[in-house]
Amino acid sequence: MDMGLKTLQERESRLALYMLAPALVIVLLLVFFPTAWNIWLSLKPVSLEGLRGEGLWNAGLTLRNYQKVLSDPELPGVAATTLAYTVGGSLFSILLGLTAALLVHKEFPGRAFIRGLLISPYIAPIVAVAFTWSFILDPQLGCLNWLGVKTGVLDQPVAFFSARWIQVRLPGFTMPIPLALLSVIFFEGWRYFPFALLFILARLQAIPEDLYRAAAVDGAGPFQRFFHITLPQLRSVLATLFLFRFIWTLNKFDDIFLLTGGEAGTRVLTLKVYDYAFGAFDIGAGSAAAMLLFFILGIFMAGYLRWVTRQEVR
Amino acid sequence: MSREIFETQIIRVFRVGGLVVFFAAAAFPFYWMIVSSFKPLEELLLHPENLGLDLRSLDFTSYRQVLLKHGFFRYIANSLYVSLMTVAVSVSLGTLGGYAVTRLRFPGKGIFSAGVLLVYMLPAIVLVVPLYVIFTHLGLRDSLHVLVLVYVAQTLPVSVYMLKNHFQALPPEIEYAGMVDGCSRAGVIWRVVIPLSAPALASVALYTFMIAWNEFLFAFMFLDTPDKFTLSRGIVQLAGSVHLSKQLVMAASVVVTVPVLILFLFFERQLVRGLTAGALKG
Repeated sequence: MDMGLKTLQERESRLALYMLAPALVIVLLLVFFPTAWNIWLSLKPVSLEGLRGEGLWNAGLTLRNYQKVLSDPELPGVAATTLAYTVGGSLFSILLGLTAALLVHKEFPGRAFIRGLLISPYIAPIVAVAFTWSFILDPQLGCLNWLGVKTGVLDQPVAFFSARWIQVRLPGFTMPIPLALLSVIFFEGWRYFPFALLFILARLQAIPEDLYRAAAVDGAGPFQRFFHITLPQLRSVLATLFLFRFIWTLNKFDDIFLLTGGEAGTRVLTLKVYDYAFGAFDIGAGSAAAMLLFFILGIFMAGYLRWVTRQEVR
Repeated sequence: MSREIFETQIIRVFRVGGLVVFFAAAAFPFYWMIVSSFKPLEELLLHPENLGLDLRSLDFTSYRQVLLKHGFFRYIANSLYVSLMTVAVSVSLGTLGGYAVTRLRFPGKGIFSAGVLLVYMLPAIVLVVPLYVIFTHLGLRDSLHVLVLVYVAQTLPVSVYMLKNHFQALPPEIEYAGMVDGCSRAGVIWRVVIPLSAPALASVALYTFMIAWNEFLFAFMFLDTPDKFTLSRGIVQLAGSVHLSKQLVMAASVVVTVPVLILFLFFERQLVRGLTAGALKG
């Protein structure tokens, strides 16, 4: 009997191996191996022309790529832009998502339709929505831009995605505002608030109704109930959302690439990777910049894992 | 008036106002995408601020040009091919893998979740550089099959993970019953597990389809030959190569957006489940 069990287990693990093997091989070859190989590339002087040659496999490692990336005079600006974009984009999308979730939480006629519509910015192809927004806000042909001029909100058409700074006149003083950066952050909020909406809505619906009833009996008004019951109940989902959005916004390339091409003060780290590797044809420097991004990401992931394990212990 | 009533009134006003604002902001870009794709170029140049559309004089020139002159029929076919292949491979390998991780005992099961998390958090731009180098070196880069392989690699971990969660909720007793009746493992998976998992499989399939259909970066970097372009790649090409192409780009954007929105309309529940379980990377 003992023997039989053992062979069953052996048989099962062999079967499991066969079943997992195709998936494992594909992911190892196309995700893990390239990630590791990126380290090798970042230590080599590889240019785009050298790709077909044999030089790719020679040793001859160097730290020059890292030196180049870290001493790039643009790097401090890129870091600041990345931070502003990542934090701004994450917070804005979560704030919008929270607002939208509170709006559609309660039953009303047409709720399913509205909720579906609110999710559509997130599921539409990025190329389509990026081009649509840059068309809407285009300084020559943008409908909203001209509508703003016509109604007197704007003095003249504004190049939302290509003006680095704009002077905003407030009563008493004028203030420069990083327009293109704000525009891409706005786009980020528009596109990704549905993600926050879905998660917050699910959490809202899990809050026991009794809590609200008890609070109402104790004389708490709607605002007090929101601040003392709803918000505390949402704390952990909001924290998780921020972490996910932060990591994904940090990783984001498509949106800025399509909206501004990284011009006008919107060059974030992912765009910088692209510029090195495919703009300046310096694969080595591109890989080194990618490693820098990977390193920053690693710090956040480690933080996340620690936070998760602490939550589980509790 | 008590505070309760007063605050409830304020909230009602804000709720209605807020819903209107969110509705307009979410819907307007899609509205404008469609409306401007039916306007002739002169109209867009002369009256950029006109938000309306005269339904009696719809202009189909943009669609004709995009589909016939700029080869978008071909791009639609390519996009469909790439997305459906990705779905087929990712769902079938994901089913096998997810089942193995759930039901079978084998050493090293624990690393699995960490691996999924890692793939999940990995920036596409970090992957695109080495993959571009490898496939250029091998001379395989400009190929739809390689693109499918890349999409499969990126969706598989999520497929396995979502299906694992689903299989865990199935009572194993049903499968034992099947095996007692003489089914092999493969027979049990085919005759018992898969029929019971149709909704979960649909979620995974929709999620995977959407990722592959919407994907931009790899299609942009990998495909050089216009005959092989996917829709996203084709639209970027169109926007960059044709002067005064806004109305064409909008017509092409409608073409790429409508299938996704229709799928979403019909399968909202499955798709939302896919989104929240797999938390669509993006």
